[in-house]
Amino acid sequence: MELGFTTAAYVVAAVLFILSLGGLSGQESAKRAVWYGIVGMALAVFATLIGPGSGLWALSIVLIAAGGVIGYFLAARVEMTQMPELVAGMHALVGLAAVFVGFNADLEIKNVSSAITAETVKDLTGFAALVAKKSPVEINILRVELFLGVFIGAITFTGSIIAYGKLSGRVTSAAVKLPGGHFLNAAAAIGSVLCLFWYLQTGGMLPLLLMTILAFFIGFHLIMGIGGADMPVVVSMLNSYSGWAAAAIGFSLGNDLLIVVGALVGSSGAILSYIMCKAMNRSFVSVILGGFGGTSGPAMEVEGEQVAIDADGVASALTDADSVIIIPGYGLAVAQAQQAVSELTKRLRAKGKNVRFAIHPVAGRLPGHMNVLLAEAKVPYDIVLEMDEINDDFPDTDVAIVIGSNDIVNPAAQEDPNSPIAGMPVLECWKAKQVFVSKRGQGTGYSGIENPLFFKENTRMFYGDAKDSLNKLLAMID
Amino acid sequence: MKIGTPKEIFEGENRVALTPDSALQLQKLGYECLIESGAGNAAGYSDKVYKQAGVKIVKTAAALWKDSEVVTKVRQPSSAELKRLSAGQTLISFFNPAANEQGLDLAKTKKANIIAMEMVPRISRAQKMDALSSMANIAGYRAVIEASNNFGRFFTGQVTAAGKVPPAKVLIIGAGVAGLAAIGTATSLGAITYAFDVRPEVAEQVESMGAEFVYLDFEEQQQDGAKTGGYASVSSPEFREAQLAKFRELASEVDIVITTALIPNRDAPELWTSDMVKSMKPGSVIVDLAAEKGGNCKQTVLDEKVVTNNGVTIIGYSDFPSRMAAQASNLYATNIRHMISDLTPDKNGELNHNMEDDVIRGSTVAFEGEITYPPPPPKVNAIAAKTQEKPKELSPEELREKEREDFNTQTRQQVIMLAVGGAITLGVGLVAPASFMQHFIVFVLAVFVGFQVIWNVSHALHTPLMAVTNAISSIIILGALMQIGSGSFLVILLAALSVFMAGINIFGGFLVTRRMLAMFQKS
Repeated sequence: MELGFTTAAYVVAAVLFILSLGGLSGQESAKRAVWYGIVGMALAVFATLIGPGSGLWALSIVLIAAGGVIGYFLAARVEMTQMPELVAGMHALVGLAAVFVGFNADLEIKNVSSAITAETVKDLTGFAALVAKKSPVEINILRVELFLGVFIGAITFTGSIIAYGKLSGRVTSAAVKLPGGHFLNAAAAIGSVLCLFWYLQTGGMLPLLLMTILAFFIGFHLIMGIGGADMPVVVSMLNSYSGWAAAAIGFSLGNDLLIVVGALVGSSGAILSYIMCKAMNRSFVSVILGGFGGTSGPAMEVEGEQVAIDADGVASALTDADSVIIIPGYGLAVAQAQQAVSELTKRLRAKGKNVRFAIHPVAGRLPGHMNVLLAEAKVPYDIVLEMDEINDDFPDTDVAIVIGSNDIVNPAAQEDPNSPIAGMPVLECWKAKQVFVSKRGQGTGYSGIENPLFFKENTRMFYGDAKDSLNKLLAMID
Repeated sequence: MKIGTPKEIFEGENRVALTPDSALQLQKLGYECLIESGAGNAAGYSDKVYKQAGVKIVKTAAALWKDSEVVTKVRQPSSAELKRLSAGQTLISFFNPAANEQGLDLAKTKKANIIAMEMVPRISRAQKMDALSSMANIAGYRAVIEASNNFGRFFTGQVTAAGKVPPAKVLIIGAGVAGLAAIGTATSLGAITYAFDVRPEVAEQVESMGAEFVYLDFEEQQQDGAKTGGYASVSSPEFREAQLAKFRELASEVDIVITTALIPNRDAPELWTSDMVKSMKPGSVIVDLAAEKGGNCKQTVLDEKVVTNNGVTIIGYSDFPSRMAAQASNLYATNIRHMISDLTPDKNGELNHNMEDDVIRGSTVAFEGEITYPPPPPKVNAIAAKTQEKPKELSPEELREKEREDFNTQTRQQVIMLAVGGAITLGVGLVAPASFMQHFIVFVLAVFVGFQVIWNVSHALHTPLMAVTNAISSIIILGALMQIGSGSFLVILLAALSVFMAGINIFGGFLVTRRMLAMFQKS
């Protein structure tokens, strides 16, 4: 098929992808938007298969189909609480694919140069034919591009695997660094740059492989050094990386659709990371460099005592309340308590109470994680509100229930200028008449900061696994 | 140590400072509890139930005062009782230190320690021992009950086969604890309830209890209750006039008036004047909770119920808590128990009278032969002062000015970014070959489109967004597909692997997204 048709198909696919992302501005249009994405992808693959330069299309289709079956089962089986792991894991695949494609491009360059010496250029097809037409300067640019693609892809690969491990609990979620810390990363990055020059000089495979190993190490060590609480930023950052890797590969292959989509994904991930960081009032750099910054003074003394309460007390308070705001956090996901919360909501609403959910931008381990969980449990999305929408309503609220969240409801962010999370916007649940905190024990949150909320006069601690606690409550609220 | 509770000797006092429940808690703190025989009878606690709770019954008051290191009481002790105090003994009771110099002197000479329950500072930590509040709560409730007892009609409006009953209208003056309790009781009985207070900040609390706040048409800066520890203070004559005018307007309308206005350490202000009483409908009821301090209505007679010539009943009882002795004893004993538990930080049954503690210091009026009343101001302010002044209202000109400034900064930022971006692009264009520039344009435009589009994605859909972008980032499959046709085996192998992995990603990503989105539903 002619190049013209392929390009036309690419244009249509690119438009569809943009519509697909733009459609996510609303819940209803989003359902349509996914189909745009699917059609766009199908069109792109189809056009490439019949387009110039491809071959072995039977094998390709078989492989896609085989991958598709695995993908289908993964997606159909996964629990909604494991969504973050799945997304992180799939980023790894894209990263590795980018590394392989980059290697291939390098191999092809060598094939082409040997073909030129053997004067068999005319027999070359596909990508190789494209390469054959390039001038030495263009070949060098090509090398820089594919080098970049492999570098980013490799970081994405190991980084995503570690992120997957941390999210699924297979790797400790604490921030772990090898001795030397970020100097190791910096050294590896400098080593990669040296490899680039070496590679440009010789064009050999060795510097490329060496750089790949270094990049693998950077991805591994960088993400190991970031604590579990920052995972939303990390996952969206890796998402961004996988996009940039695709764009870099697109440059080296001269494929505009790859560039367009890579750039779309890259900028989307970057914006998401930015939004997350802003929600935590921290700079992107400080998240990536891992851990919370040092405090500037002693933390405020927490006065008072944590007062526990049993299900009876919570149930009677809920029965008396007119308005209830529920603040879910990662603990809700861990305890798989979303169904119980949904049931509780349903019963309270049936009694004519105003029940709403307040979602902090960084609640959970993925941006929007809580929304997905609540949606899975069939909580209507119009009672699930963002922090800015609901924060002013707490003073008029009878009962606020905090389920498995900690730092996002920590008043120290506003009251204690020395707190490590000072200035981070938080849900002001303590302004409600009464606050119940469902929590497993007396420990601190991921950031390891004492939470003065638990000591407030109007706070009662409802200890126990979130799911068990809620089920106990359900039995008392008919 | 031993904690003893004598029988109240004040005429008509039914409360008792120790209940079987509180005794159990005190024993957990390591104390031994004593009670004078028959002390709880009037409140419904017989000696037998005390005994079951492990309390030792003492026959006479004299023996009890002699035996106990700590004495808990309800009423201000009489001088006969105070004479029984011994050195080092601690008395926890209402004491009225402001008007009880004699008692303070006696405690001083006896070298006894006195904790006056009405002196507990009004800070949140001390709420659990705030006996004034818990007693006021009962008084407010009981005031409504007494009023309804003397009121010939329903509180709630009804339309019955036998005719229509209008709802009663209740005015509550002073929205302190007692006032709020009265509001709650009156509204739950179905009355139309109005409430007034000189502190405008309580309007919210009043409305939250279901009453309507009576606003004055008055332009003075209203007093800030936070400065006076949450209590009302004396208001200006003009304010008073405006207030009385409002009451006069309401007097002919309302059926029941409950006045609770007290200013600490002063006689109660007269708020319900004789002409208002006169203009009220026959059968109306006034309950004056300030009777003990002279009353908010001058016709009130302390501890009595009087009926005026025009048939208005005025109730001046001062013993509302005592009229609900079981409930009152229960709450008061709990207040006392919390006070003792704060005095026993080590839970070892030994009193640790820590004069550094704000709450303990504030409520101690005599300590080791010294009169420690009045206490120094507490270190912690009672109620958070209004720290945040509202941001200044900007005038329209200032607003416009600000808008223009914002607009200018925005423009400046954009121009700078465009200039830098343009310069970089041009710089790249100078050195890079044309073929690269073609792709570069596409790239820059795509980034730009991406930035424009993604900002509109709603927060709730961020996880689906990541799943979609993850799925479409497997567009890398195109690269692999282009290479799979190569002649070299190694290339084919790597490309095939890439196609396979990207395949997983395409299907997995889109399916997961669809699953997620399918779950979002409207109610």
